[in-house]
Amino acid sequence: MIKKRLRAQKICFFLLKVAVAINGAALAIIVYFIVSRGWRAISWEFLSKPPTDSMTMGGILPCIVGTVSLCMTTILFALPIGVASAIYLNEYAGQTKLVRFIRLGINNLAGVPSIVFGLFGLAFFVIVLDMGVSILAGGLTLGIMTLPVIIGASEEALKSVPKPYREASLAMGATQWQTIRKVVLPVAFPGIITGSILGLSRAAGETAPIMYTGAVFFTPDLPSSIFDEVMALPYHIYVLATAGTNIEATRHLQYGTALVLISLIFGMNLFAIIMRAKMRKKLKG
Amino acid sequence: MKRQNIDKTVRSGFLLVALFSIVALSLIIIFLFLEGIPILEHVSLKEFLFGQYWYPTDDPADFGILPLILGSIYVTVISGMIAIPLGVMTAIYLAQIAPATVSQIVKPIVELLASMPSVVIGFFGMVVVAPFIQQLFNIPVGLNMFNASLMLAFMAVPTICSISEDAVFSVPTALKEASLALGATHFETLVRVIVPASLSGICTAIILGLSRAVGETMVVLMAAGGAAMIPTSIFDPVRPLPASIAAEMAEAPFRSEHYHALFAIGIVLFVFTFLFNLLADHISYKFRQVGEASL
Amino acid sequence: MDSPVKMHTKDLNFFYGDFQAIHNVSIDFTQNQVTALIGPSGCGKSTYLRCLNRMNDLIPGIRVTGKAVLDDQDIYDPSLDVVTLRRRVGMVFQKPNPFPKTIFENVAYGLKVNGVKDKAVITRVVEKSLKQAAIWDEVKDRLNESALGLSGGQQQRLCIARALAVDPEVLLMDEPASALDPIATQKIEELIDQLSSKLTIIIVTHNMQQAARVSDRTAFFYMGKLIEVNDTDTLFTKPELKQTEDYITGRFG
Ligand SMILES: Nc1ncnc2c1ncn2[C@@H]1O[C@H](COP(=O)(O)OP(=O)(O)OP(=O)(O)O)[C@@H](O)[C@H]1O
Ligand SMILES: [Mg+2]
Repeated sequence: MIKKRLRAQKICFFLLKVAVAINGAALAIIVYFIVSRGWRAISWEFLSKPPTDSMTMGGILPCIVGTVSLCMTTILFALPIGVASAIYLNEYAGQTKLVRFIRLGINNLAGVPSIVFGLFGLAFFVIVLDMGVSILAGGLTLGIMTLPVIIGASEEALKSVPKPYREASLAMGATQWQTIRKVVLPVAFPGIITGSILGLSRAAGETAPIMYTGAVFFTPDLPSSIFDEVMALPYHIYVLATAGTNIEATRHLQYGTALVLISLIFGMNLFAIIMRAKMRKKLKG
Repeated sequence: MKRQNIDKTVRSGFLLVALFSIVALSLIIIFLFLEGIPILEHVSLKEFLFGQYWYPTDDPADFGILPLILGSIYVTVISGMIAIPLGVMTAIYLAQIAPATVSQIVKPIVELLASMPSVVIGFFGMVVVAPFIQQLFNIPVGLNMFNASLMLAFMAVPTICSISEDAVFSVPTALKEASLALGATHFETLVRVIVPASLSGICTAIILGLSRAVGETMVVLMAAGGAAMIPTSIFDPVRPLPASIAAEMAEAPFRSEHYHALFAIGIVLFVFTFLFNLLADHISYKFRQVGEASL
Repeated sequence: MDSPVKMHTKDLNFFYGDFQAIHNVSIDFTQNQVTALIGPSGCGKSTYLRCLNRMNDLIPGIRVTGKAVLDDQDIYDPSLDVVTLRRRVGMVFQKPNPFPKTIFENVAYGLKVNGVKDKAVITRVVEKSLKQAAIWDEVKDRLNESALGLSGGQQQRLCIARALAVDPEVLLMDEPASALDPIATQKIEELIDQLSSKLTIIIVTHNMQQAARVSDRTAFFYMGKLIEVNDTDTLFTKPELKQTEDYITGRFG
């Protein structure tokens, strides 16, 4: 009897391990293919030159510059709004109906499909606000999409600030705003930044929201203002893989671009994961 | 006192900013409807939702999105069948069984999987998985419902896994110990105590994971094959809702019927995910996890 | 002593990583007697108790040396099955920890995992256990309601009933009444008294009077060491060591 029960346990735990292994294998296989087929495309020229010959040769510099400038716009827009929202929710607000309503809004915003953000960006930023297809329109679209992530991360960081810090400051006669500015925010800062990097890394890899708001098929020039349209790494992969002039011949460029994109994103993630692990150690003792 | 007045002002300022998310969500809804509703001047709601033919560029055009809706539902269901067991099992393993060293390695793997850009997964499905399954199953095209569902599953697993893991992890140790002390095996404890106690969290995780799969664009755009037909087999190509929008917006003239139809598809997609999220919110709010007995 | 020893430890040492929480503890637990473990907070009472049903196995990085024996079997023998051990050595925790299930399901749980399928048997054992735990009259009309709706004292007696349902031979109790009011405490104490005719009971308590009231023997721990173990009457009236006397008279530290 007990033998049978223990055997059932063994089998099921084994199945759980198989599930874990499948996840690991999936990641490993994808990374393996991208790296093994992409690294040959990587060269200084690839990173520093624009595409040439109808995008069948040359590099991806405009895409890198485009993705970076979209990300900058995103973070400049979403970080202040996200942090301020989190401060209100965590430091000022109680358990009111309004707060629950705001949270519901944030949760639903987080669930909006990326292509719907793209539609909205097209209808609102590009057309109604007349920004055209531009870094600004694309960056703002990505910014709204990233907002819930940044709010979540900031709230978590604010929550991890021990209560006594606040109480000590308030007890000395500081106002709440002074307490937040001088005591709470400095402690929460690293956590906020870590979370924001994670949010930003998500934005950097998104394609659907920028397809019709910020990114274009091809533009030989680097952007000179935020009203310029740009190329972007994720969109470039899509374009080369589905609509290029010679899809098969540019495979190595596609893999190369994908490699650059995931290096960028994994780099940001690893940085954030390591920073978070360090912070946890520090908080513990 | 002056200082306190400043404090009040600051507080109101923060409230205003915090309302931004609501404003943004409202704007999204308004613009979707503003640009999407005009399609109803050309087709009835019923024809739009249940029409079987999607030929938006023909003359006269057909705007029936049933094949697209079914495409979305099928790929989501199939990807759920893969992602739910994988995600929940991984979560249980991480939260209750794995030694600390193992979970320290596996958790970042799940996070990296979560950060994998959808365009890369779509690309992978297109150039690696498609030829592979084409040969394996001896079928004419590798870009099909099965391929897209498989790729979507790997986008949904991290969401399902990380939210379920939180839920499973937060079941009080006291319950686990109570069960073990009665002579239950570790596995029986999991199945009979820990999983039931965290069920609401696991359900929330599943709903959010599937909601992510419904709305995912690039994967279905690149790996699903793109045929706007009602599929009859798992190896048929499909064209889920997001793929239609992404693929056709470029060729739809500004404020044409086609343009409005694509925004209307956006509304349908939005409603899908909105309902999913409301449901998830409702479950996690209503059935908040039962903790230790309070005295 | 004529009655047999049900369980004993011999030179038991216990380590949390590098920290040794238990030093060379040897105690004999006589069948159908109540043994109380007393001592200041942090002296290792809970740790020692949890060695006896190997509940500490759940904590990573622990190590045990020496012997802990149930009947004639070393419970740390690698070939021994922990699941069966835990069924034979039941445990009641400091904080009541009923499952978020119905009252009936809570008590039936142990039977079900141990493979009892017969509904009639289950119903009978549930009733018997609840009666043994002196809670039957309070819950008999609400067996299908959630156990979380009970008061703290009721929950604790439910947990005792749950432990009794699998028919353990030894019952470990870690401060079972510390979270309860005096009346609920009294009920638990009466219960311990009745149960001791069938079970070997080992109870941790912070309350000296409680130890004196319920136990036949008392063991005094200090800093992970067993200082003195004796008949309860003797230990409380004529302790052999000064340290013990200081503690029980409250002249401690
Ligand atoms: N999981 C653990 N890891 C490391 N050390 C622990 C752990 N649990 C307990 N200890 C340490 O072991 C020692 C004994 O703890 P234990 O809980 O057994 O004491 P106790 O006598 O039951 O105290 P109390 O009366 O407060 O319940 C203490 O010094 C404690 O800090
Ligand atoms: Mg204790």
